[in-house]
Amino acid sequence: MSLLVVESAGLQTTVQDFGREGFGVLGISASGAADAVALRLGNLLLENKAGAPALEMTLTGGTFLFPDGAVICLAGANFDAQADGQALELWRPHAIFPGKRLAFGATRDYARCYLCVAGGFGVEEFLGSASTQLLSGLGGWEGRALRKGDVLQVGKLEKNIRRRKLRPGVLDALKPEKKLRVTRGPQFDWFAEEAQRTLAGGEFVVSEDSNRIGLRLDGPRLATRGHGEMISEGAPVGAIQVTPSGQAIILFVEQQTTGGYPKVANVIGADLHCVGQLRPRDTIRFEEVSLAEARKLWIEQQSLLGSEERLFA
Amino acid sequence: MRFQAASDQSLLVYLGEEIGAAAHERVVWLLRLLQRKPIKWLRNIQPAYCSLLITFDATAVEHAEVQAKILELEHRAKTLPAANPRLVEVPVCYGGEFGPDLDWVAEQRGLPAEKVVELHIAPTYYAYFLGFAPGFAYLGDLAEEIAVPRLESPRKEVPAGSVGIAARQTAIYPFGTPGGWRLIGRTQAEIFRKDREPMGLIEIGDQVRFRPITRAEYLATRRA
Repeated sequence: MSLLVVESAGLQTTVQDFGREGFGVLGISASGAADAVALRLGNLLLENKAGAPALEMTLTGGTFLFPDGAVICLAGANFDAQADGQALELWRPHAIFPGKRLAFGATRDYARCYLCVAGGFGVEEFLGSASTQLLSGLGGWEGRALRKGDVLQVGKLEKNIRRRKLRPGVLDALKPEKKLRVTRGPQFDWFAEEAQRTLAGGEFVVSEDSNRIGLRLDGPRLATRGHGEMISEGAPVGAIQVTPSGQAIILFVEQQTTGGYPKVANVIGADLHCVGQLRPRDTIRFEEVSLAEARKLWIEQQSLLGSEERLFA
Repeated sequence: MRFQAASDQSLLVYLGEEIGAAAHERVVWLLRLLQRKPIKWLRNIQPAYCSLLITFDATAVEHAEVQAKILELEHRAKTLPAANPRLVEVPVCYGGEFGPDLDWVAEQRGLPAEKVVELHIAPTYYAYFLGFAPGFAYLGDLAEEIAVPRLESPRKEVPAGSVGIAARQTAIYPFGTPGGWRLIGRTQAEIFRKDREPMGLIEIGDQVRFRPITRAEYLATRRA
């Protein structure tokens, strides 16, 4: 068993895996990696289980020591990672020798960078997942974001790591876009025609007040027409709900599981990882697709992500 | 029963159009039907007042198949395991530092604070569903006389155990979280514990009563 020592944690660094889906009856949202695609690829490059626990860093990364060394892979956003001053490329395994300092800076492109380690990080599971849920302080590393001085266990390295590489084109096919594809939400008809057009053509800006619970969008307001009283109901991840003031909010991985605001649209499953890579002040657009199209895109993405031959050279 | 796609991977099943026991009985009934035997493509069920949100594996099934499965389950259902709701009693210290909004509620509704407490403890509440945070039960129905709107902007941190009210609902905050309900009291009861079975003090369909305690009694109760 080897260790990771947190010298500085960065803005918000948490342990995440694929989350704990299936506990809605208890009022528990799935949580899990904001960009599950990056987490999966980072782990697979190390021949880990696809959902092995990794560190999810947000906008600015931290500084870490592996006293006994480790094999790591960085996935997602480019946080200018260095090992004792030497730049580390994303999307490939790196051996970190004992005592080397791994340092991350501020993001150069997207919101989240994953530090995956061969063997995964060892934390106690809650409801079958190592994922941190910050709102309730459950799961992950003591239910909270990492702090200076924390020492995490790294799982045992089972085998030698092959120098795996992603095939050309894989990252392009899975690139986090700022145009999000959506299907109509259950209350789409409650919105005025102008609001429906605005959703399709308007530009929205991700507010500073955005996190793993939800992303608030500044920009055009979306007005409803007169309608009946909304009764709180279950809300899926990626739901775009609209407050009485007309502000759109994308519900995300640590979402409230139910909500009383009308939902105009829903980000499709195949684009949820794009939401996890949005930064405050990013400008985004929406494009409506049919349920059938969304399903086709999801199946295509799952099929690519599930195929070793298609992913790796 | 009415069906509505909520996303590319989820379906809303509406079992009524009005908050109340009639719709909710059907919600719990369908929930139990879906829980009876494992269903391979079923990823999550989120019950609410009048509906269930069903999340499914979209690589295996599509909305129409999920809908057909639910209708088939409904059609075949004859007997169901009897629901055995528990009666949960929650001791609450009302007002003062533990219920910072009690006087505001009293003033808004033109009642003495004692009357607000009296109206809050009078009913046996029903746990419609859990949402917001692990173990956060939406309890109804709160007396109309003390119904008040949520805060305009939520508090950044509501202490764990706080008892809040909003519209015709009341609830207990299981954790220190942000929150927009009006706080009228606090309990030392542990609402959610991951090392307990069941983890939540209150589960869907349970009955809940509040019992007023003094500040001294509250302070004498130590969380385990």
